[in-house]
Amino acid sequence: MSAFEVKSDPQLWEKLGMDVARFTGMPAMLTQAYTNIFLAQQNRPAKMAYFDGMVENIHTGRIHELMEAKEAGKPVIGTFCVYIPEEVVVAAGGVCVGLCGGAQGSIADAEKVLPRNICPMVKSAFGFKVGKICPYFQAVDFVYGETTCDAKKKTWELLDEYVPTHVMEIPQMKRDKDKALWLDEVKEFKVAVDKITGTETGFDELSQAIVTINAKRKALQRLNNLRHHNPSPISGKDMLLIEQIAFYDEPNRFVENVNALCDELEERIKQGIAVAPASTPRIMVSGTPMALPNWKLHNIIETSGGIVVNEESCIGTRYYKDLIDEGSTTLEQQLERLTERYMKIDCSCFTPNTERIDQVLKEYEQSGAEGIIDYCLQFCHTYNIEAVKLRKACEERGIPFMAIESDYSPDDVGQLKTRVEAFIEQIKG
Amino acid sequence: MVKVGIDLGSRTIKLVALKQGAISFHTVVESSFEPHRQALAFLEQHVPVRAVATGYGRHLVQQHAEVDVITEIKAHAMGARYFFPQCRTILDVGGQDSKVISLTAEGKVQNFQMNDKCAAGTGRFLEMMAVSLGYTMAEFGAAAAGVEQATPINSMCAVFAESEVVSLKNSGMPPAEIARAVHLAVANRLATMVRKVGYGDHLVFSGGVANSPIMVSLLAQELGVPVLVPDHPSIVGALWAALQAELLHHRDSPAA
Ligand code: SF4
Ligand code: SF4
Repeated sequence: MSAFEVKSDPQLWEKLGMDVARFTGMPAMLTQAYTNIFLAQQNRPAKMAYFDGMVENIHTGRIHELMEAKEAGKPVIGTFCVYIPEEVVVAAGGVCVGLCGGAQGSIADAEKVLPRNICPMVKSAFGFKVGKICPYFQAVDFVYGETTCDAKKKTWELLDEYVPTHVMEIPQMKRDKDKALWLDEVKEFKVAVDKITGTETGFDELSQAIVTINAKRKALQRLNNLRHHNPSPISGKDMLLIEQIAFYDEPNRFVENVNALCDELEERIKQGIAVAPASTPRIMVSGTPMALPNWKLHNIIETSGGIVVNEESCIGTRYYKDLIDEGSTTLEQQLERLTERYMKIDCSCFTPNTERIDQVLKEYEQSGAEGIIDYCLQFCHTYNIEAVKLRKACEERGIPFMAIESDYSPDDVGQLKTRVEAFIEQIKG
Repeated sequence: MVKVGIDLGSRTIKLVALKQGAISFHTVVESSFEPHRQALAFLEQHVPVRAVATGYGRHLVQQHAEVDVITEIKAHAMGARYFFPQCRTILDVGGQDSKVISLTAEGKVQNFQMNDKCAAGTGRFLEMMAVSLGYTMAEFGAAAAGVEQATPINSMCAVFAESEVVSLKNSGMPPAEIARAVHLAVANRLATMVRKVGYGDHLVFSGGVANSPIMVSLLAQELGVPVLVPDHPSIVGALWAALQAELLHHRDSPAA
């Protein structure tokens, strides 16, 4: 275990035009954080080794793979939202990478340009680009941006000055005309992707891609179902990490490794091996997604005597709960089925959004949780306001509920710990 | 055996010792640079002891001594309930945090709210404003109580409020009126928090700020219900911690 080390490759970073001097300290910082937060856990499944390896190679091995794809003329596209139709990219033989916006370190870079009072995710991501301190950001052909919130929508205009940014309009209602608009947007996105390869991806490629990404979502569903077992065979922190890795790993390899982990968890369940006793208060987290390496809340919960058993989040079920129908017979139909699947995402940018409240309650039941912590990044207005409805729905059903608003800075860890501990005391009664 | 409750707050440390179930000693002291050392020294004076720590520094003490910990939310809620057995809503305003806790009829924590990263509506905010007016805390409250009216101040951000107070001073407004305006603004803020959690026919008010009679009466006015304050509002959390130590002691050694 002590051998864990996030690897460095200054030559590669140089080639990518990064600020190598500034970035050099990053692997060591990540090594330390990861060792303290993840490797210090008791009784981890052995098959977590693959995911540890993904973290070790996060700034090196995986970047080499992206560069190889690029050199072969394949599209490499950076994303910030689960609304990206990644099947379209995979069909073109390309790679989708979720760009991290979960670190405090790049926020100061962003604040040189952006206003301070916008959400930390947008600032962190933007800062990675302007500071030239993210190899993924440097490697992408273009960034896919969307119009899910005002902070993002307007930031894309500025980001486009640093890296080509393709913006898709995500409708904010789910009427037929909104769906038609989005179908158009998907088609335009396909054109942008095809432009990079210089060929038009057709029915067969898209079919295969739909199967591939469905397999990824199924593997995550399987894993999530297993972790719902009480006592949990895997920690919430490890689950969150896998969900984060899902956004940048090669899909087929990822599926294989998630399924191998699932096999191990099934075995662990049979043998009664768990990461925490069955009496550990089970917490479900809902709300704003947690981009890598934002492990703050999960770490607080799991060092305060609780265990996280579900993420109702885009880093979580919102990413994998729905599949695409595989029975299409034409390309047009494929794109329609794809659009239908994506329109089921219950992001808080939609209005009305009652599906999400129902979904949260459903997942609460399924996961055997005993309380919900709704997480919201500071200045994320849609999730913040939606928490009002969520609270009401929970109170009506007697579900312990707590809303937390935070950012990436360590300032409020003490206060959050008190609140989380008190919430756990409340659940214990 | 002495049972001790320690509440390590951000500004002060509260200590309560129980002998045969009755308070034999209690104190509130300013916290020093290394507050847990003060707590450890106190523990050493009372061997053999069973102790429970609460408050911001609870885990720090636990790293150095054999104590159990509970959160200040639970400690204040249960402590308030000890003084007022019917109580369902507690407002606790300390140096850096303010919290509202609601309890079920049986006395279980049902819901709570804490102020976010912001000093407004805490003891610290009142202190800062007192300082910028040149008052001690007692003078500050007395001045506010001594006037009938005050122009409301708009800013509840500690930084902006300070400059607003300075400009009011420069515009010739009497300091006592400014003092009242500040108290009103804080009462307003606290009342909003209480309303969010919900309250019944009375409210129990604990923590250092509850020592201020004008804050108590402004809150009662604002919420339209009696506001009940325990005899020593600062030690409510520490007292519950001590009672908890008593309980744990009996649980672990029933014969004693
Ligand atoms: S929360 Fe909304 S905007 Fe953010 S990733 Fe999810 S779907 Fe996209
Ligand atoms: S967290 Fe909220 S505010 Fe930030 S980018 Fe996502 S939707 Fe926008």
